[in-house]
Amino acid sequence: MTIVKASMAGTVWKVLVSEGEQVAADQDVVILESMKMEIPIAAEEAGTVKRIIIAEGDFINVDDDLMEIE
Amino acid sequence: MAKLTADTNYQEMKDAVLKGGQDKYHEKNKEQGKLFVRERLELLFDEGLMSEDGTFANVLAGDLPADGVVTGIGKIHGRTVCVMANDSTVKAGSWGKRTVEKIIRIQETAEKLGVPLFYLVDSAGARITDQLEMFPGRRGAGRIFYNQVKLSGRIPQICLLFGPSAAGGAYIPAFCDVVVMVEGNASMYLGSPRMAEMVIGEKVDLETMGGAKMHCSISGCGDVLAKTEEEAIAYARQYISYFPDNFKNKPDLEEPKLPASFEKSIEEIIPANQNAAFNMYELINRIIDEGSFCEVKKLFAAEIITGFARIKGQSVGIIANQPRVKGGVLFHDSADKAAKFISLCDAFHIPLIFLADVPGFMIGTQVEKMGIIRHGAKMIFAMSEATVPKITVIVRKAYGAGLYAMAGPAFEPDVCIALTGAQIAVMGPEAAVNAVYANKIAALPKEEQAAFIEQQREEYRKEIDVYRLASELIIDDVIEPNELRRTLELRLDAYKTKKLTFTERKHGVSPV
Repeated sequence: MTIVKASMAGTVWKVLVSEGEQVAADQDVVILESMKMEIPIAAEEAGTVKRIIIAEGDFINVDDDLMEIE
Repeated sequence: MAKLTADTNYQEMKDAVLKGGQDKYHEKNKEQGKLFVRERLELLFDEGLMSEDGTFANVLAGDLPADGVVTGIGKIHGRTVCVMANDSTVKAGSWGKRTVEKIIRIQETAEKLGVPLFYLVDSAGARITDQLEMFPGRRGAGRIFYNQVKLSGRIPQICLLFGPSAAGGAYIPAFCDVVVMVEGNASMYLGSPRMAEMVIGEKVDLETMGGAKMHCSISGCGDVLAKTEEEAIAYARQYISYFPDNFKNKPDLEEPKLPASFEKSIEEIIPANQNAAFNMYELINRIIDEGSFCEVKKLFAAEIITGFARIKGQSVGIIANQPRVKGGVLFHDSADKAAKFISLCDAFHIPLIFLADVPGFMIGTQVEKMGIIRHGAKMIFAMSEATVPKITVIVRKAYGAGLYAMAGPAFEPDVCIALTGAQIAVMGPEAAVNAVYANKIAALPKEEQAAFIEQQREEYRKEIDVYRLASELIIDDVIEPNELRRTLELRLDAYKTKKLTFTERKHGVSPV
């Protein structure tokens, strides 16, 4: 299991996948909004989205857990 | 190694030395995927080591061939370079009195000849039994580091880390221009995991504490992570081709090549929406000679890209924001990475190309605690001091101190070019309208707010429009994105004769 983490502080703008969905390595799964920029966050490894920890609009800090991928 | 005496014949003695340490250590090396030191040198040089000094160092000790380090001269791409290379089959590459003396001497040789020096490190550190002879004195290990500092910026110093570099030894890589680490085998640390457990009670493994991957992606002590020793050596051979032998010369020109061809043009890969991400590598590949990119610190602070390349055969250093990672925002680590790279290029007459697409420096408590202002100052300091040709390209946007750090107009670039559609401002339209009209927006009826905000943003966009900036002579030229390669070729050619002394003083006080 891997945890997708926030690369920087910001607000969750879009969650691009839903629980149970298959994702490929390097696929963007969340887009953060920070410093007025869209910050895509990709899954490091391929797998199934097990749990989405955050919701759109949440403020998150650097290294916060975003979702679990199995 | 068999016990040698003064009576052993020459050939026997030499053969024994060239074989290195005992067979069991050679076998252990192989198991770890390590090459023997002399095999490494075969790969590094065009035709092996041309001359070696101190081959017979400590020969009568019997079990310390060459005293655990090979030093000498060889050729890379036909150019003379010096080398020191630890032999991990001899007491784990540890340093005795003669080991240290040999390293100091090859440093002196490299300085006299004015040629690059390669450090092939694979060493457990000092031989504690020899400490009085090799540690504290005038020509003890400290002198190695002193010499490295003195040579810094005079000749290129390259470190290939194949194994451990422990305690004091960890400073050899630290003082080199670039450090290539082999994944799984290379490590740097001041105190081993065993020592960490004894002294501070931390339980940790070597890879986590000081492994190659950690140093190349988190601490920034490593610059390049190589999968194998062969890959590390191939990188080093390519790296040195961008450099002159010493600071008195300029890098050699190579056969010019066209950029690789792609389906989409530069114009097509840059999104019109300033806030959307795009991959800066795609732009870099469209402006440099095909296959010429040699990246430094790829895995560390990836929001800024630093690497050597060629444009029409000429060696250049590229500093580019990467909107694909953290929005291309500058952080403490990215500023630190850029500062070292800029200073490295400037030392060896490698022109700098800044590709700016930067929303500014990161804000917030976390980065303030990390000293982002201090690190940002370091980047601006190095960039200001650089007197090589500096070409600044505003690819999409340069906001706030991001404009300054990326060699904005006030920092004496030879030219500041904007691509059509670029914006330069203290901050972007969204942030600016919020900052200026926050009270007014709050006072408006809800249904009128959106229209008011959009109208003000539009006004603001006009204010920071690229032609407005060109009209005010803030930027020197506006070009179409697809003209960028051609423009860079012509500009680099035009600035060839640039000669500048930054200022007169003993030295600046760097905000390190």
